[in-house]
Amino acid sequence: MSLFKSVFNNEKKSAQSAKERLQLVLTHDRTDITPAQLEALKDELIEVISRHISIEPAAVNINVAREGREQRLVADIPLKVAQRRGK
Amino acid sequence: MSAKIITVTSGKGGVGKTTAIASLGIALASLGEKVVCVDGDIGLRNLDVIMGLENRIVYDIVDVVEGRCRLRQAMIRDKRVPGLFLIPAAQTRDKNALSPSDMIRLGDELRPEVDWVLIDSPAGIERGFKNSIAAADRVLVLTNPEISAVRDADRVIGILEAEEKGSPELIINRVNYEMVQNGEMLSTEDVLDLLAIKLIGVVPEDKSVLVAANQGMPVSLDNDSRAGQAFRNIAMRLTGKEVPFMDLAEKDGFWDKFSKLAGGN
Ligand SMILES: Nc1ncnc2c1ncn2[C@@H]1O[C@H](COP(=O)(O)OP(=O)(O)O)[C@@H](O)[C@H]1O
Ligand SMILES: [Mg+2]
Repeated sequence: MSLFKSVFNNEKKSAQSAKERLQLVLTHDRTDITPAQLEALKDELIEVISRHISIEPAAVNINVAREGREQRLVADIPLKVAQRRGK
Repeated sequence: MSAKIITVTSGKGGVGKTTAIASLGIALASLGEKVVCVDGDIGLRNLDVIMGLENRIVYDIVDVVEGRCRLRQAMIRDKRVPGLFLIPAAQTRDKNALSPSDMIRLGDELRPEVDWVLIDSPAGIERGFKNSIAAADRVLVLTNPEISAVRDADRVIGILEAEEKGSPELIINRVNYEMVQNGEMLSTEDVLDLLAIKLIGVVPEDKSVLVAANQGMPVSLDNDSRAGQAFRNIAMRLTGKEVPFMDLAEKDGFWDKFSKLAGGN
């Protein structure tokens, strides 16, 4: 790839930055959930779930997702590979 | 008659609410509708000068509410278009001179008089804003394709939803087509994706808006103005007509100037 093209591709248009920044700000404005609260929630969830099933704590992902004007809490919790029924 | 009461609000100031109210008032009246524009920005009266009616004020909205005059006495007739009136804001009072229930009463008094009541909201999300939306059947949230205006619009939409005012409709004002093309301004699609409410109009950035304001001639009176056309389209959509969204690429670019110079249109 030519230098010109790679420079061109890396350059983010300011409207794109505005949109991405607004996406984050609006999610926060609408829900009032701070990143710290989300972290705390995640830690507790990991603790509770781990009591029942074994999961990969490091891979757990909790996020607030936007869907139109609705916000939803989305949790992605991968199970440990060796999980077998009856151990 | 039973008027529809429409409020234009925005959160952020200076985005074009007063311009919109004046233009929509003229445009609706030009369609043969009877319209009263109400300046809800108590203490910062402006709709009168944008409509060019500042020399004709005797009574204002607070005079009506406090019973110092009859409703009709405070309705200034716009002589340019039949069926258009202005109720000016009080200039020497503050927002606390009125309450939401005053506005609901005023709205009920106006309903039998006209087809449309258009209320110009002040900026902010406090008393003046609450007053302005109290009587509204429909709220139009107006924003610019600009980061702080969109954020404030989102706040206002959230409040309107929480107050069960129904989902508001969106006007995006001051869109600069060239900047959008160059990736330097949020596009209509970007703003719609972020705010996720129904679009009722897109108004281009247009020098004729300031020229119109200088003269006290709402821009929708100017047949050559693109912004004027956009407001006339919104007025038609308010009445229930389906009008396609204007092609912003038309006219305001280089080729247009070129073709004008060349004697085309
Ligand atoms: N579409 C537009 N193109 C260019 N200038 C505009 C446009 N809409 C509004 N303006 C300008 O923006 C300024 C603020 O408009 P105004 O209607 O007074 O806003 P608000 O009532 O929301 O405070 C005015 O100077 C006006 O001329
Ligand atoms: Mg104003």
